[in-house]
Amino acid sequence: MIAKTELLLAFKNSIGVMMGYLSLGFAFALLTISYNYPWYIAIIMSIFIYAGALQFAAIGFFNAKLGLLDIAIASFFINIRQSFYGLSLLKKFAYTKAFKKYLTFALTDETYALLTSIEIPKNIDNKLYYFYLSIFNQLYWITGTAIGVVVGSSVEFNSKGVEFSLSALFIVLAIEQYKSQRSIKPFIIGVVASVLSMSLLSNNMLLGAIVISLILLFLLNKQLGAHGG
Amino acid sequence: MVDNSYILSAIATIAVVNYFTRVLPFLFFNKSEPPNALIFLEKIFPPVIMTILIFYSLKGVDLTTKPYGAYEFSAVVLTFILHMVFKNYLLSIIAPTIFYMALTQGLIN
Repeated sequence: MIAKTELLLAFKNSIGVMMGYLSLGFAFALLTISYNYPWYIAIIMSIFIYAGALQFAAIGFFNAKLGLLDIAIASFFINIRQSFYGLSLLKKFAYTKAFKKYLTFALTDETYALLTSIEIPKNIDNKLYYFYLSIFNQLYWITGTAIGVVVGSSVEFNSKGVEFSLSALFIVLAIEQYKSQRSIKPFIIGVVASVLSMSLLSNNMLLGAIVISLILLFLLNKQLGAHGG
Repeated sequence: MVDNSYILSAIATIAVVNYFTRVLPFLFFNKSEPPNALIFLEKIFPPVIMTILIFYSLKGVDLTTKPYGAYEFSAVVLTFILHMVFKNYLLSIIAPTIFYMALTQGLIN
């Protein structure tokens, strides 16, 4: 039971993510190798964590030797947006049975976007299609990482400055979020929280900024929710 | 050298927390509708955290000595322009990174 129709449709719909994941996985592996972490670290992360922004941020955690509790809290807030993805997939995933665990594990920003934005034909077995789509995407991510590990370990080059790939990724994701929301307010809150946190507590900037932004969101709740709700 | 046991336990921690954020709604709202406060946060929190991450990734920049953050600033602007114009992830991430590397390594002035 390979279900060719589902496999082909999933592959076709995943092509858009392919280039993105191959290049991002590649950049992630280069970054990891440039800080002299062993080759398998990047691979293990791409298999068991499988989260773009968080994996990049994790390299920063490792470099700073951040404690495990700090890492857990920061990771939770960096990826809490993914909890919201599940909220809109409760019905879609309700009948996916044995596939549900993997589908939930593999729910990245891009997979979520594909699952929720592309209409599929009626005669398609949904759960198989979701599964193939999710696994294709993760295979691109792991393949990109593997290529990056090979290139990064074999080609001798001065990697100073490669860490900017991290900033570039966050900027690109922020632009994509602006496009889908068309509101500048969340970005202002992010800037205010970051600047405050950097000037108040320089050695725990990330957690500080998250806490400050949550306080600001709580205080400004009414104004922010007023339009659009 | 790299402390492997620290890195591996950190990876395990991140993997568990990451899976937890993905499975959370399925644990809590399998039968009931999520509350409004969550729906509000759903919309507004992702761009807030992404902005914070941009600052976090650039917080090591020294604004008090030459070149006063000009390299980072120009690479940020380049990323922004490339992504607005071409909307291509590969280009928007790789090109500014190469540009930034060339600047910090003194290959271009």
